[in-house]
Amino acid sequence: MVKVMLWGSLAALAEGKPELEIEAKNIKQLLQRLAEDHPGLKPVLEKGVSVSIDGMMYNDAWFEEISSENEICILPRIEGG
Amino acid sequence: MGKQDRDFKAVGTRPLRPDGVEKVTGRAKFGADLSAPGMLVGRFLRSPHAHARIRSIDTSKAAALPGVKAVVTGDSFDITKVSSGNHDTLANVMARDKALYEGHAVAAIAAISVSIARKALKLIEVDYEVLPHVTDVDEAMAADAPLLHENMFTANLTPKPTKPSNIANFYEFGHGDIEAGFAKADVIIERSFKTAATHQGYIEPHACLANMTQDGQGELWCCTQGHFMVRNVCADLMGMEISKLRVTASEIGGGFGGKTTVFIDPVALMLSKLAGKPVKIVMSREEVFKASGPTSSTSMRIKIGATNDGRLTACEGEFNYQGGAYADSPVQFGAMSAFACYDLEHVKTVGYDVAANRPKNVAYRAPGAPMAAFAVESVMAEMADRLGLDQLEFRLKNAATEGTRSSYGPTYNSVGLTETIKAAQSHDHYSAPLGANQGRGIASGFWFNFGGQTAVSLNVQEDGTVNVTVGTPDIGGSRASMGLMVAEELGIEYDNIRCIIADTSSLGYNDVTDGSRTTFSSGLALINAAKDAKAKMCARAARIWDIPAEAVEWKDGCVQPAGANAGEFEPMSFAEIAANADNTGGPIAGHHEINASGAGVSFGTHMVDVEVDPDTGYVKILRYTVVQDAGKAVHPAYVEGQYQGGAVQGIGWALNEEYIYGEDGRLQNAGFLDYRMPVASDLPMIDTVIVEVPNPGHPYGVRGVGETSIVPPMAAIANAVSQAAGVRMTELPMSPPRVLKAMDDAKGG
Amino acid sequence: MTQTHVSTTINGDKVEYLCETDETLLDVLRDTLSLTGSKEGCGSGDCGACSVMLDGRLVCACLVLGVEAQDRKIETIEGMASGDELHPLQQKFLEHAALQCGICTPGFLVAAKALLDENPDPTETEVRYWLAGNLCRCTGYDKIIRAVMDAATEMRGQA
Repeated sequence: MVKVMLWGSLAALAEGKPELEIEAKNIKQLLQRLAEDHPGLKPVLEKGVSVSIDGMMYNDAWFEEISSENEICILPRIEGG
Repeated sequence: MGKQDRDFKAVGTRPLRPDGVEKVTGRAKFGADLSAPGMLVGRFLRSPHAHARIRSIDTSKAAALPGVKAVVTGDSFDITKVSSGNHDTLANVMARDKALYEGHAVAAIAAISVSIARKALKLIEVDYEVLPHVTDVDEAMAADAPLLHENMFTANLTPKPTKPSNIANFYEFGHGDIEAGFAKADVIIERSFKTAATHQGYIEPHACLANMTQDGQGELWCCTQGHFMVRNVCADLMGMEISKLRVTASEIGGGFGGKTTVFIDPVALMLSKLAGKPVKIVMSREEVFKASGPTSSTSMRIKIGATNDGRLTACEGEFNYQGGAYADSPVQFGAMSAFACYDLEHVKTVGYDVAANRPKNVAYRAPGAPMAAFAVESVMAEMADRLGLDQLEFRLKNAATEGTRSSYGPTYNSVGLTETIKAAQSHDHYSAPLGANQGRGIASGFWFNFGGQTAVSLNVQEDGTVNVTVGTPDIGGSRASMGLMVAEELGIEYDNIRCIIADTSSLGYNDVTDGSRTTFSSGLALINAAKDAKAKMCARAARIWDIPAEAVEWKDGCVQPAGANAGEFEPMSFAEIAANADNTGGPIAGHHEINASGAGVSFGTHMVDVEVDPDTGYVKILRYTVVQDAGKAVHPAYVEGQYQGGAVQGIGWALNEEYIYGEDGRLQNAGFLDYRMPVASDLPMIDTVIVEVPNPGHPYGVRGVGETSIVPPMAAIANAVSQAAGVRMTELPMSPPRVLKAMDDAKGG
Repeated sequence: MTQTHVSTTINGDKVEYLCETDETLLDVLRDTLSLTGSKEGCGSGDCGACSVMLDGRLVCACLVLGVEAQDRKIETIEGMASGDELHPLQQKFLEHAALQCGICTPGFLVAAKALLDENPDPTETEVRYWLAGNLCRCTGYDKIIRAVMDAATEMRGQA
């Protein structure tokens, strides 16, 4: 089980829970199961998000491994100028 | 302060850039500098109205004019075959159904000369039904505002709205219990702020040369921050296979985020396809202002609570960002970064992304962060004054450090904010005396930085020199930093390495040069490509010596026998192995493809002294110091250049730059005379301090440096002006009339 | 449209061209003569990226008509280096990292050379005001000013 933090307005789409527990070994499983368990999140996840693992930012990185030791946050997809 | 143990040989030096001579002799080829035989010129017809339904477009007379070879309108593109993620881009490139801002493209012509193209544009008849428009962010949010999109329902809002509005997106971030936090405060300050929209202001207008052939293949030359992005988007809009479109990035005359999308390129390709000839399009400066860029205008509210001894107890912010015709504002990054400098138990920010009848927003250097920092750091300065605390001490007391949970969620690992504040404290600027009508402002700022998809290649030549190929356009000297990192890794001379930017058919996909990612990501990939080449060279040397590959090691640019074989053979130099490539297995090359992660966040602290003329409200910048964490400065001169350039763009944003709209919704200052960017005589030298707290996510500790420097300036200058003028400035730009009025109002005049 | 025949001198060479009467000197240089070192940033004389010398006077080529070049002497960035040797200003721009993207650089160099031809020992303020007609969005001007001051020092030493 990994703990995932959602940003405020995303939590509102997941029945108001800012922190979720998900059975996932990597980012692919994490995003898949988040969408399955909380259909409200699906459109946002499909549009694209960033995943922060212990403060490091990942975009499009399915196989990045995660465990209960990691701090995991879903964030709006980070872009730059 | 967080120095690395490692001794660098090449990294950290200041050699000349490899593309420099071409650029000082006028030979470098920028977007508008390429021509092709038989080339046509492309020109746009743009909407004169801020908001209008397009009832019909009659192009028959224009098409019949001798010398006109192709005409394109929105109908020329088959939207049903375009992926949904690119629908807004297509509609912005060429209006469909409605023109959503003055300058919105409605048709384009390709002709054999400029004069014929101009004549042809006048022959196009567009029947508009003019609609009510809205350009101000607060007015666009009002319940009775003219609607831009009848199908726009605010996303991420619970419960789901039942009525459409101009608010495209809602965001909320934070942690803790904001009310409990404010209850603990001895002092609470709450203020509202507004900022004007600004343009990235690159000196090179968008330009491209498109060449579609009758077999459905195409080539495109253009100035862009990301030619792979251009290729993929254009191929989608044109209904082409990606591999059939080859895009070459010209030298790029500035971008600052503004060249991270497409405007003219798909139209040039479509005109070229229809005409069966190459087509060149170059935007005019007026078109650049009216139909490219800009960033958001904003309306913000900040509330901060603190104890008498200077601990922040709660921070709250509301951010309303006007995102142009398609609501592309970076408000989420504003709301995420606003309080990212501080260690907070209770924090909450909300953001609204708002559509208005203005050009589609494009990223601008640290998108969304500078405006939020202006508001937050203004209140921070006022709070420090109210509590009687030193500005830097107050920030230091609350600064985010390793282990702080950021206001946007994740916990920071190694970060350098504290180091920048301490460096500012010990800088002689901070204790220099001030004269009458002068003020000093301080502000800190944050940016995320970014990695992303990157592919590079490195070829070792037989004379021991190296060609390096990257896919990230060089906007500010990145070829030099690539050369330095390769020199460091291979242990060879910087002058023996030449870096080029490859076209889209020569490398794997590369994300855009944005998010301060190029030196970080392409550098990371190149270090790995160099390691790949080194491993191959070690194996070659081992075979020459006839010893196992594991029995050699790389040291100081040479391969030498190790372990049991140590000392048995003379070290073999890089050049020697390269010279024998043919006999030892053929060409030696290194490659690396990566989706780079591990970009370290970056912080900066700025100090500025200003003098305000009490009679005119004119603000003179007297002294400016940028302190910023670079992780590791690969080429310090270009790092300083990023700090200085960001600071000066911020000075323009703070004091003069502004999109000014008339009652008719038309932009009134679409030129460099009236959109007033800083010139040399407005400015002092910009002092810089490079702090180096290594990024654990990069082998050399590199962090991105390109964007953070534009985050603190507006706040720092507002704090200085407020002190000098004796009144808190809450609206940008702080142009002379606005400052004068604020001073008069404060006097009760 | 009828074209006009123009004879002029560019970077010391006799040049002839045909141009339309509404074509700017900048269009002629760039599009007809392939001298693309002069850049168009605005087309209204506000950015200085097209700075050239016309009979020894610094002008924006976008504000001069092609036909006005008849019997005049034009100098552009392409004529600044001599042979394989860079002008000291060009060399100092490289050494001081006074360019990032490089689009404004030709205009700055032509303008700075015009300044040093007229005033070999300018103060920082004089350099800043002389170059106020040239926009640079990347550098914040700091390194450009330093490069020009340094080039002036070196050129005085050579004189």
